[in-house]
Amino acid sequence: MLDSVLFYFFAGIAVICAAMMVTRRNPIHSAVFLITTLLATAGIFLQLRAEFLFGVQIILYVGGIMVLFIFVIMLVRLDAPLQELRFTFQRWVAAFVALALVLEVAVMFLLLRRLPGQGSLVLRAVPADRLPPNSEALAQSLFSSYLLPFEIASVLLLVAMVGAVVMAKKR
Amino acid sequence: MMPAGHYLFLSLALLLIGAIGVVTRRNVIIVLMCIELILNAVNINLVAFSRLYGDVAGQAFALFIIADAAAEAAVGLGIIIAFFRNQETVFADEMDILKW
Amino acid sequence: MAAAAQGILTFLQTWWVELVCGIVIVAVVPLIAGYVVLVERKLMADMQARLGPMRVGPHGLLQPIADAFKLLIKEDIIPDDADKIIFWLAPIMSVSAAMVSMGALAFGPTFQVARDINVGILFVLGVSSLGLFGIVLGGWASNSHYSLLGALRSTAQLVSYETAAGLAIVSGLLLAGTLKIRAIVEAQQHFGVWFIFLAPVAFFIYLVASIAETNRAPFDLTEAESELVAGYMTEFSGFRWSLYFLAEYANMIVVGAVATTLFLGGWLRPFPNVRWMNWLDAVPALLVAAIGAYCVFRAGKQTVRIQSLFMWAVASSCFVVAALLAVPLVVAPLRFLMPGLHGAFWFLLKVGGYLYTFMWLRFTLPRYRFDQLMRLGWYFLIPLALVNVFSVGSAMMLELEFGWNRWVAVALTLIVTLGAALFLLATSDKRTAAANAASAASSDSYAG
Repeated sequence: MLDSVLFYFFAGIAVICAAMMVTRRNPIHSAVFLITTLLATAGIFLQLRAEFLFGVQIILYVGGIMVLFIFVIMLVRLDAPLQELRFTFQRWVAAFVALALVLEVAVMFLLLRRLPGQGSLVLRAVPADRLPPNSEALAQSLFSSYLLPFEIASVLLLVAMVGAVVMAKKR
Repeated sequence: MMPAGHYLFLSLALLLIGAIGVVTRRNVIIVLMCIELILNAVNINLVAFSRLYGDVAGQAFALFIIADAAAEAAVGLGIIIAFFRNQETVFADEMDILKW
Repeated sequence: MAAAAQGILTFLQTWWVELVCGIVIVAVVPLIAGYVVLVERKLMADMQARLGPMRVGPHGLLQPIADAFKLLIKEDIIPDDADKIIFWLAPIMSVSAAMVSMGALAFGPTFQVARDINVGILFVLGVSSLGLFGIVLGGWASNSHYSLLGALRSTAQLVSYETAAGLAIVSGLLLAGTLKIRAIVEAQQHFGVWFIFLAPVAFFIYLVASIAETNRAPFDLTEAESELVAGYMTEFSGFRWSLYFLAEYANMIVVGAVATTLFLGGWLRPFPNVRWMNWLDAVPALLVAAIGAYCVFRAGKQTVRIQSLFMWAVASSCFVVAALLAVPLVVAPLRFLMPGLHGAFWFLLKVGGYLYTFMWLRFTLPRYRFDQLMRLGWYFLIPLALVNVFSVGSAMMLELEFGWNRWVAVALTLIVTLGAALFLLATSDKRTAAANAASAASSDSYAG
C-alpha cells in the first residue's frame, strides 16, 4: 500500500509539473518545474528499487544538467519583456496529434479491458526483499557485460566536454 | 511494484507532454528542456521493465541514457550560446538566416 | 477508510524509529546551528585575544536565542522587481537540501533516518548539491547585479569543488567497498584502523573541498562583506536570511558528518579493536563530567544571581549526560545501550573537531581571490584527487592480490601521491608566473 501511495504521489507531481513546465512564460519558472519533475522521476526510480539510478539522477540530472540550463537561461536573458508569443504556429497540429495518440492508446486499453502486465503473460516482479543489492548488481553488469558501452560513454563525455568548451568560448 | 501498465501510462504521459513541448514552444532552451523530459520518460519505462523482468540491463541502459543526455545538453547549450552571440535571439522562428 | 487507517498504522509501526529520528533532526539542528555560531564567535574572540559575546546570558550563552528572536521579528523586504515566487522558494530549497541530506547520515549505530539505503553516500552527496539551486535562484530572484554575480560565482565554486570532493570520497569508498553508511563504519572497524590513516591525502582533499563547498573562509569570496556586500544573500532579510544561514551551518554539519563517517571512523572510539585500550570507554563520561565541574566552578564566580542559576542548570545537565554515558559502562545488564550512546558521543566529538578545524582556518587564513580559487580547484585538487584514487586502488591491489604488507603499500602509494602533489604545485605556479608575465608584457605593449 505504501508502494501505491508513493507511486501516485510521485507520478502526479511528475505529470503536473511537466505540464506546468511546458506552458510557463518565464524560462526560469520552466527550469524550476523541470527540476521538480526530475526529482519526482528520481522518486519513481527509488520506488522501483533502482537506488543507484535514484542517486545518479539527482546528482547528474538535477545537480548537473539543470544547473547548466539555469546558467544558460541567465546568460541569454533578453531585456525585452518576456516573449509575447509562447507557442509556435504549429500548436494546433501538435495538439491534434497528441489527442490522436491518446485516443488510440485509450481505445487499445478499452478493447483489451485490462492493463498490460496483468494479462495472459504471467510475469510477477521479484518481491522487493529478494532483490540483489542494487549498486552491486549494477556495478557487476557494468564492469562485465556492458564494459564496452561504459568505455564508449566515457569517450562520448570527453568529446562532449571538448565540444561544449569550444562552442562556448569567446573568440 | 505497481502493475507495469501504470508505469507505461506515466511514461507515455511524460513523453507526450515533452513531445508537444518540443514541437510547440518558441524558446529553444525550453525545447531542449522538453527533450530532457522525453529522455526521462524513456528512462522510467526502461527501469520499470527492468524491475519487472529482474534484469539489471534496463538500469544500465538508463544510466547510459542519462550520461548521453548530459553530453547532449552540454553541446546543445553551447550551440545556443554561440548562436545567441551571433544573432541575439533564442526563438526558433527567428532563427532563419539559412532560409531563401 | 478503515483500510487507509490500517495502512497508516502499519506504516507507523514499521517506521516510527526513523520518524522520531527525523523529527529530532529537524527540531534540534536549528538550535545546534545557532550554538555553533556562538562557539564560532567565542573561538574567534579567543584567537583575537578578546572575549566575544558576554552580555546575553552568562558568558553569552543565550546569544543565539536573542539572535533568532531578532531575526524573526525583522521586517521582510522584497525588492521591487523581484520574482516573488522564486524569491520565496530559494531559501527554502537551500534549507530543505541541507536537512534532507542529514536524513541518510548515521549519527551513531542506531540513529539514522533512512534505514541504511544502498546508496547512502551518493544520496548525501546528491541532495546536498541541490543546495546550489537555493543559491543561484536566490541571486537571480534578487534582481540585483551584485547578488547575481555573487550567486554565479558561488555556484561555479561549488560545482568545481564538488568534483574534487566526490573523487576524494571515491578513495574512501574504494577502501570500504560499499556505499552504505553503516557498512562503511563497520568496514573501518573490520580494518581496525580509521581510513584517514590509509588514505590521508583523500582526507586532506575532502577537507579543502568541503570548506569550499560550504562557502567558508578562506573560500568565502562570494559572501564576504568586503567583497560583494553579502553576495547572493544581500536582498534577503530577517527570516529568509536566517534560513540561508541555517542552511550554511547545516551543510557544515553534513560535510563534517560525511568526513567523520568516511575517514574518521564514524562512531568508533580511537583504537576500536585493541583490547587494552578499553579504558578509552570511560573518556566520554569523564569529559562531560569535567565540563560540568567547570560550569559549577564558573557558577560560583558569577555576580548576578540568575546567571549563576543558569550556570548551575548547564552544569546539572552536563552531569545528567555524564551519568547517562557512565551507567551502561558500570551496570552490566544495560551494556546494550553502550554502542548507541557512546557511539553518538564519539561521532559528535569528531564532527566537533572537524568544525573546529573549519573555524580555525577561517580565523587564520586570508581570503582567496576568485581566479585563485578556481585555479586551485581545477588545476590542483582535481588532478590530485584522480591520482589519489589511482594510488588507493593500487595500494589495495598490492595488499590483496600480491600480498604486500598493508602499511608498506600505503606508504609507497602515499609517496607517489605526494610526488604528484608537488609536481602539480610546481607546474601551477609556473602557469601563474607565465600568465602574469604574459599579461605584464601585453599591458606594456599597450602602454608603449
